[in-house]
Amino acid sequence: MSVADAFMLVIAVLGGSAALLVVTSRNVVHAALYLVIALLAVAGTFLLLGAEFLAWAQVLVYVGAVVVLILFGLMLTRAPIGPMAQSNELGKALPVGVSGALFLVLVVLILRSFGNTTFTPRVVTAANLGELLYVDWAFPFMVLGFLLTVSLIGAVVIARQDEGEGPEPGLDFDTEQLPEVPSETDATPSPHVQHTAEVPAGREGGGA
Amino acid sequence: MLIAYPLVFAALLFCVGIYGVLSRRNAVVVLMSVELMLASVTVNLVTFNQLVAERSDVLLTGQVFALFVLAVGAAEVGVALAIILLLYRNRASVNIDDADLMKY
Amino acid sequence: MWFVRNAWLIPALPAVAAGLIFALGRRLPGRGALLGIGVIGLSFVVALGVAVQVFSANVEAVAQVEEAHGEVSAAEGGEEQHAVEDDQAVTESEEEAAIPEGVHSFLYDEGVDLTGTGADWSFQAGIRIDGLAAMMFLLVTFVSLMVQIYSTGYMHGDPRYTYFFGLLSLFTASMLLLVIANNIMLMLVGWELVGICSFLLIGFWWEEKVNSSASIKAFITTKLGDVGLVVGVITLWGMFRTFRIEAILEAVEAGEFSQSLLTFALIALFVGAIGKSAQFPLHTWLPDAMAGPTPVSALIHAATMVTAGVFMIARLYPAFEASPTALAVIAIIGAITLVMAGLLALVQDDVKRVLAYSTVSQLGYMVAALAFSYTAGIFHLFTHGFFKALLFLGSGSLIHAVHSNNMSDMGGLRKAMPTTFATFVVGSAALAALPPLAGFWSKDEVLAGALESGGYTGNLVWILGTLGGFLTAFYMTRVLWLVFGGEYRGHGEPHESPRSMAWPLIALAVPAFFIGFINLPFGFAHPVGFAAWTAFDLAYFEEQGAVFVVWLAALATVLALVAVALGTLLYRKAPAPDDDPMLNMGWATRVLDRKYYLDLLYSDAIVRTVIRTKLANASYWFNDHVLDRVVYLVGVGTARLGRATYEIGDQKGIDGGINGLGLSALWLGAKLRLAQSGNVQLYAGAMFAGITVLAVAFAVS
Repeated sequence: MSVADAFMLVIAVLGGSAALLVVTSRNVVHAALYLVIALLAVAGTFLLLGAEFLAWAQVLVYVGAVVVLILFGLMLTRAPIGPMAQSNELGKALPVGVSGALFLVLVVLILRSFGNTTFTPRVVTAANLGELLYVDWAFPFMVLGFLLTVSLIGAVVIARQDEGEGPEPGLDFDTEQLPEVPSETDATPSPHVQHTAEVPAGREGGGA
Repeated sequence: MLIAYPLVFAALLFCVGIYGVLSRRNAVVVLMSVELMLASVTVNLVTFNQLVAERSDVLLTGQVFALFVLAVGAAEVGVALAIILLLYRNRASVNIDDADLMKY
Repeated sequence: MWFVRNAWLIPALPAVAAGLIFALGRRLPGRGALLGIGVIGLSFVVALGVAVQVFSANVEAVAQVEEAHGEVSAAEGGEEQHAVEDDQAVTESEEEAAIPEGVHSFLYDEGVDLTGTGADWSFQAGIRIDGLAAMMFLLVTFVSLMVQIYSTGYMHGDPRYTYFFGLLSLFTASMLLLVIANNIMLMLVGWELVGICSFLLIGFWWEEKVNSSASIKAFITTKLGDVGLVVGVITLWGMFRTFRIEAILEAVEAGEFSQSLLTFALIALFVGAIGKSAQFPLHTWLPDAMAGPTPVSALIHAATMVTAGVFMIARLYPAFEASPTALAVIAIIGAITLVMAGLLALVQDDVKRVLAYSTVSQLGYMVAALAFSYTAGIFHLFTHGFFKALLFLGSGSLIHAVHSNNMSDMGGLRKAMPTTFATFVVGSAALAALPPLAGFWSKDEVLAGALESGGYTGNLVWILGTLGGFLTAFYMTRVLWLVFGGEYRGHGEPHESPRSMAWPLIALAVPAFFIGFINLPFGFAHPVGFAAWTAFDLAYFEEQGAVFVVWLAALATVLALVAVALGTLLYRKAPAPDDDPMLNMGWATRVLDRKYYLDLLYSDAIVRTVIRTKLANASYWFNDHVLDRVVYLVGVGTARLGRATYEIGDQKGIDGGINGLGLSALWLGAKLRLAQSGNVQLYAGAMFAGITVLAVAFAVS
């Protein structure tokens, strides 16, 4: 076992347990922090594989930006930050069964195919990758930039509060406390749908 | 270096991601699980790229792809969080089993 | 050769104009009319350029041949002028030998190949410009220009004014496409477009049932002929594996084909022409087509619609030449048509119907002429276009003034409408083939050509043609007196039409008077005349040339004058239909009739102007009942068949099947929707489980 193998083993154990904690932790903020560790482990793997630019990109983009974004998302949605009901009504059987079975299949396949294969990672510098990216992959790279712009605009459009539609984002309102507006058309709608749909009408009616 | 290590690590991350996606109700946690799966895919891409490059001196296409997956993943997180915000605004909840308009 | 290379502009311009008018409509200056007129004017200019270039190239080629020919026998030129028929046999072989290498009549045939490489046949769409096409461009664009200018006055205040001009532009563009096409398929496209445009225009005032039924009748009757046309086109393709006109003509010239098959194809094509060019027995739609606005009638009769059939025959003339049987059929149909329609024209009261039957009759001349002489046929087509447009526009002017189509409501209009009167007289005289007007030269060319060829068809055509000339002169005299002579019988105060309508009349009267001079049969005009301009083949041109038989021309002229005199005698006082010129007419005409062995039919036809007697009645009855009935029965049969197909095949078979499919899908959906729990994670779990199974299956295999 070489030094690289040892490092790899350590990183894999670390990252794997962090990932397990992400999906099992009862506290969502904790889960996000475990995600940082898991993603750092991935970055470490990249380093071991000789892909140094990718490793730093992983750290910057995921650990830096994405996790912060997720934390902001948690804050904005006032999701129950503390412990919460873990599983859905599916129970444990399906998730454990499917993921466990797939993991078994994959491990068996990997070991059978690459069980003894070794390789010496070539160090790929940012210069190598940059040359490739800006020469051969210039056009897809531009398309990628365009995609990011589009998704930025899309995210803004989706998350934006349309005027007159739904409650104000800053407004602290509770659907249960709103006055019931009698509905003539629909006898048994989902309570959530009913409230959000009727709120503006109710307000206007009150003003008039 | 045994190539099986990074591959098994990636498989582990992927399956843990699946578990998270299938079992958790909180949409943000589901999103994190998806991120785990994406990361495992990039690990696979880089690993196999190294393997192939060593054998036949192929260029670094795998790493370029990993980079692209990274970028697309970042974009995806942005859009997904926007959708979660919208869901929360309409349902006052981030539980994905509350988003069940399509069910019979 | 700029004009020739860019001749595609001629149909393209009005087509674009039509599109613009339909799209932008009333917002255009003059509510679309100015655009239509301006564009067709441009097309006319281009057509003029094309004509000059093509005609001069042809004249040059003919001159070269003449030169070479002169070296062979210098003396012949002089004799040829007067009596071509005498030395034709002698000179024919020499002349053909005398055509120098590399000299040929003008032809520009360029197209784009639309088939992929490697196909064993080709479909080429493009333009084919020769003398014939250049002539048609001139005629169509000029008449269309006049008609559109005229329409600004005639259609003034119509609620669908803009739409009308759009249709006129489209109609013209379709006809020009038909003319310019270098393959029969493209020609067919233009042909059908012409048909649909005429349908829309004849039924332009569709609010009245009569008009819409007339348009439907016109459409269906011509469609009946089109079946033949399509059969002909397909047969030609089957024979030669090409739609290209040039390739077909070359193949025919090479002589490698089955004679009977070619005859079949050509007669099938001619059936199309029978429908479109209103030949017996499918002529019945044309008089009914008078339901459309009068400018449309002028366009249909002079330039764009009925000439299509004649043009098609002329376009494929070398092929028709190769089949004497087809030519005989053409000659007989043409001869029957010209007399029958001439007789029917005698008994009409509606001024437009008289003109309509005269058009049918003149088309009979053209078709019959094509059986003997290419030049004569298209020359008559050319001159007829001008004076018939003039006559129709003149009748439109009359109708505009008195608000009635019937001659019994007119009378005494000479003083009230001097311009219309003068131009109408010119048109009538040209139609009646009085020298030296246009109709005289072309009609005599037709008769002389038929006489030259001899044979039973030739004799039939020139005899019937001469008789037809008499009829033409007579009924036009009758129209003139009834409309312009005597006292005014209608309501209101008739007045001269506005200038926008009067000027086109004058502009058309000039060519109606002079256009015949371009093909004088005498020597001084021979090398540069119409025959040389439009020659499609120099050998043919040398052989045929311009023919003129003095005694026949004199006979025709005398007969026409007699007819005029007779008409004047009978109709000088412009009698109302209730008056009784019958006895006079019956006696005078019976004498004339016996000379032509057609007395019974003729006298009865005249008598029918007042009392309904048998034969004319019968011919009318035959016209309206038997022929129309056949068309009607075919229509009903088709409708029945369609209904049966609808009820059994469509409703029960196809709809049943479709409904069954829909119902089963509904049922299945109702069952399957129970599986939709709405839980995304369940779906995702199922998906990943499936992926796992797939991975295993992949690994195992």
